[in-house]
Order: sequence, then structure tokens, then C-alpha cells
Amino acid sequence: MDDILIKAENISKVYRLPAEVIRAVRDVDLEIRAGEFIAIMGPSGSGKTTLLDILGCLDRISSGKLGILGRDVSRLKESSLVGIRRGNMGFVFQDFLLIPTLTALENVELPLLFARLPSGRRKAIGLLQKVGLGHRMGHLPKQLSGGERQRVAIARALVTSPKILFADEPTGNLDTKSGDQVFHILKGLNQKDGLTIVLTTHNNKLGSQAGRVVYLKDGSVVPREESSLYA
Amino acid sequence: MTWLSVAFKNLARKKVRSLLTIGGVAIAVAVLVSLLGFDAGYQRALTGNIDKMGYQVLVTAKGCPYEAATLMLQGGGGLRYMDEAIYEKIVKDPRIEKITPQLVATAFDKERQGGQGGVVLYMGIDPSYLALKPWATFKTGGWFSGDEADEAIMGYEVAELEQRLPGDQIFIPNVDKVLKVVGIFNRTGTQDDGVIFLPLKTAQRIFGLPGKLTGIGIKLKDLGTLGDFEEDLYNEPGIQVISMAQVKGTIFNLIASARTMTNAVALIAVVIAVIGVINTILMSVFERTKEIGVMKAIGASRLDIFRIIWMETTLICLIGGIAGDMMAIAGTHAVEFILRRVLPYAPSGQLVFITLRLLGISFIGAVIMGLIAGIYPAFRASSMRPVEAIRLGD
Repeated sequence: MDDILIKAENISKVYRLPAEVIRAVRDVDLEIRAGEFIAIMGPSGSGKTTLLDILGCLDRISSGKLGILGRDVSRLKESSLVGIRRGNMGFVFQDFLLIPTLTALENVELPLLFARLPSGRRKAIGLLQKVGLGHRMGHLPKQLSGGERQRVAIARALVTSPKILFADEPTGNLDTKSGDQVFHILKGLNQKDGLTIVLTTHNNKLGSQAGRVVYLKDGSVVPREESSLYA
Repeated sequence: MTWLSVAFKNLARKKVRSLLTIGGVAIAVAVLVSLLGFDAGYQRALTGNIDKMGYQVLVTAKGCPYEAATLMLQGGGGLRYMDEAIYEKIVKDPRIEKITPQLVATAFDKERQGGQGGVVLYMGIDPSYLALKPWATFKTGGWFSGDEADEAIMGYEVAELEQRLPGDQIFIPNVDKVLKVVGIFNRTGTQDDGVIFLPLKTAQRIFGLPGKLTGIGIKLKDLGTLGDFEEDLYNEPGIQVISMAQVKGTIFNLIASARTMTNAVALIAVVIAVIGVINTILMSVFERTKEIGVMKAIGASRLDIFRIIWMETTLICLIGGIAGDMMAIAGTHAVEFILRRVLPYAPSGQLVFITLRLLGISFIGAVIMGLIAGIYPAFRASSMRPVEAIRLGD
């Protein structure tokens, strides 16, 4: 169907360590449509982040088939995956991962440099204003609070106008108030701008506000009642 | 925002480390420039000194040509003497334009160099000396009053050193002789500036070498006749003919091996600097593993990461190159001073000769060094897979 952005068919991710073989993601089938707000939930070690990395083309699958925007990316190399990420996907990480030497505005502008879009400063400023940081643009990450850093990260993820925003535990390192602010921004982006959002979270309250929740247990998608979160 | 500003800000993150690395490059470049400048300056000064001797040919007593070369420049020890009769014979040769006989002698003066002692050079000359060296003019005073007068004319530097003026008396230690200073030459920029001149006959008498000479300086009317001239003198017993071109070649051959050593030292300095740069950038890459992963996640390609890291390395070497060039220029006098202390018999004139071309070559060399040094760290950084860099970079 045209509005399917991501289609995972029986995908698995296996890590072969010297002492053991870890199956981080097992036979997952998943379709993500444009405009959806999906929360991936599960206990620690359930494979949430690995699945998010795979859907966001940051990691490659061991088996199965993964389609992104109608293109089979299952066997693509990193050099090809970066082209898919650039312009189509935005990322927000639990520990913000801003570049410490760059100001808030420069952090937001950085993806434009990589996308060869040098004239995007106005857009970067607009996004920082949108997340409530118009007055903090010249500050370095160390001069910002955790909540502010995560809002800079959201602005950075949005600056190339991605079709999908991936957020890995976006409120995991924030206090309740800052976490609520960040979640409110993400929800607004989905509801007002129609942005597709896929996030991982431990937080049941946040998960319950997502349009759809995918529960993971030991790398497999399970019904809600089987997830240990509700055990 | 530009690629350059991203690279520059990364360097500014660890200021001390970056400055130390830049300092390493700067020192390597400064050493390189100074050594190459010394090489060029030494050859230039030596050539100038030899050219300013005024004669193209020197006839000396037979002996080691290296010693003869030293003799010509320094009047060094172990001198050999020939009979003045040779001069009387050669002086009539029609191929000669100008000719001057010389007797070089040395004496050890315990008072010199702050009590450490030093060798004083004396040279017996006659009026033909001035004809052969028109640039030897008097700063003060004038020529000897007679052919056998107990008088001296001092070279510029030795007069400055001993604070002598015409009318003063000087003492020749080994022979216990007192001479009256009658003139002081202007600076010539040659070894003659450090010599005390005596009338030839006075020198022969004082040093107990009557009828003896150490050398005869000759300027030919036509340098093309040098081969024939040399051939004609070949059969004269006890003498040899040395052309200035030969002397230059001999001395340059001698210093070629020293130059190889100095170039090796410069090369080692450069290699150490390159290793330092690679080490610094590699450390920086490993420390920023997570950041590099994030950059890849948000759209940076391998080439983009390579470019940033490569720029950082090149910036270090570029700044180091500029600083090194400036250090070399600023340190010229200090290096010259040290070299003069280490090489007391170095030719007069500017010993370290730094040209714009040399500075330019060193600077470009530093940049090329950066480009080469940056390849491995940049390759390592660009090869990181984003998910591993982000998840494992803690």
C-alpha cells in the first residue's frame, strides 16, 4: 500500500559472540504507515533499541526482509543506507548526543551540512523557536538543561524534514516535567504536522498515549498481556 | 556553518593537546627551515668568502689539498712553506694579471676568549695585496711605513675585538714581539676581517721564516688559460696549483656528508611530528566515537567524516607550518649565534639564509605532512558503523 513507510517481514538480528549467540530480534513482522505514532515497549534487554536501530537503517538485519519507502534495504551497505537515512529519517537519542563543541543552532544545522543544504539557517532557527529554545540558540549543550538538550535534538532531527522520526527512550534521562514537555512536542509533531513517529519507552503512561504500541519480549513481538511489563 | 568551522571547533575542544601537537609540528618545521637555511647560508657564505679572496688561483707548497683549502680560508695549523724564489719565477708569466705573495703564521694568545685562549692569524703581505683586493680599504690609518717596519694593519673584527686603534701597540705572544698598529681595514665580510697583517719581510723575520711563503695568490688575465698555467707549474718541485673552483668543490664535498646528517636530523624531526599528529588525531577520534556515530546517523557519509578528520589534521599541520616558519625567522639570530659558537671557523657572512622559497616549501611540506598524517585516523573514523559507534562508544 502507498502509505506504508516501513515493512518488516520476519526480520531477525543475531549477534554471534565468542561464548554465545544472542538473538536480539526474532522473526518480527511489522508495518508502519505514514502518520502513525508507534511506541515500542518492553523490559530491558527485550530488543527495543535493536529493533529501532534496524527500522532506522542504523543497523542491518541478519535475516528477513526490510522495506523502507518501498525499497528493499535488507542487504544494502552502510554507504547506501546513509542515503536513505538522510532526508527521510530523524533520530532522537536517550542521552541527547549533541555535539558538545557546537552551539544549539549549529547542532541543528549540522544535518543540513551533511545533506548539502547550506541555506537552511532560517529553518533551523524556526525549529528551535518551535521547541521553545529561540533564546538559547547560541548556547553550548553543556549550558543547557537535559530537557533543553533533548528539545535541541528534536529540532536537529526535524531540520531535514524527515518522513519518520525515531526516538530511543527520548524521556529516559529527563525528570517528569521535562519528559512531559518532550513527549508533548513529539505528540504535537504527530498530530499537527502528521509526522510519523516511532519511539521506544519504558514509560507506560507515555506508551499509552501512542497510537499503537508494539510489545517486545526476548526480541519477539508479543501480545500486550504477554509482555512482562504487564505480567 | 562550514566543514572548516566544525573541524576547527573539534581542535579547540582539547586546547592544550592541540597546541602541543601544533608545537611539535612547528618545531619540526623550524628545525627543517633552520637546517636547510644553514645549508644554503653556509654554501653562500663560503662561496662569497672564496670569491672575495680576489684570486682565482693559489700556488702553495705541495701537500694535502684539504689542508691547502683550510690554509686558504683559515691559515690553519700545520702550514707548509715554499721558497720565495718560486714567486720570483712565476711573477714574470705574461698570463698573470695580478699576483701577491703571502706568509701566514699563527700564534696562541692565552688572553683570548675570556682567558680560554685562541689562535691569532698573522699574514705577511706586500702592496700587491691591495691591488688584488680592491675592496680592502682603510677604516682608519694607512699602509705600513716601510717594507720591514714593525707595524701591523688589523682586520676589522680583530680590531673591534681587541679595541685597537692606530698608534696602539700589539704583542705577538709566541715570538715576544711588539708591533705598532698603523691601520685598520674596513669590514670585508671575509676571513681577512680576523687577520692581523704585517709587512711580508717583517713577518718572515719575526716568525723565523726568511725567504719563505705559504701561498701566492694569482689572478689570471684569462681564466681559460688556467689549464695550461697549471700544466706549466706541474713540474716545479714542491708546489701545487689550486684553483678556487677546485677548492669550492673540495669543501662542498666535505660538507656534503655533514649535510646528509643534518637532513637526516630534520627528517627524524618531521617523522616524530607526523607520529605525534597521528597519535593526537587518533586519540581524538576514539574519544569521539559516539559523536562520529551520531554524525553518521544524522546523515554524514563516510566521505563527510573522512573530510572532517582530515581537515583537523591538515589544520594542525597548517598552523604548525606557519608557526614553524615564524619560529625559524625569529630564531635566525639565535641559531646563527649558536652556530658561530659551535663552528668557530665557519665562513663569515650570514650563516643561516632563509628565503621566501624555503619558507614556502616548508609550509607546503607541513600541509602535505598533515594530509598524509590524516589519512589513517580519517579512515578509522569514517569506517565506524553508526550503531556500533553510538552504542559502544561510551
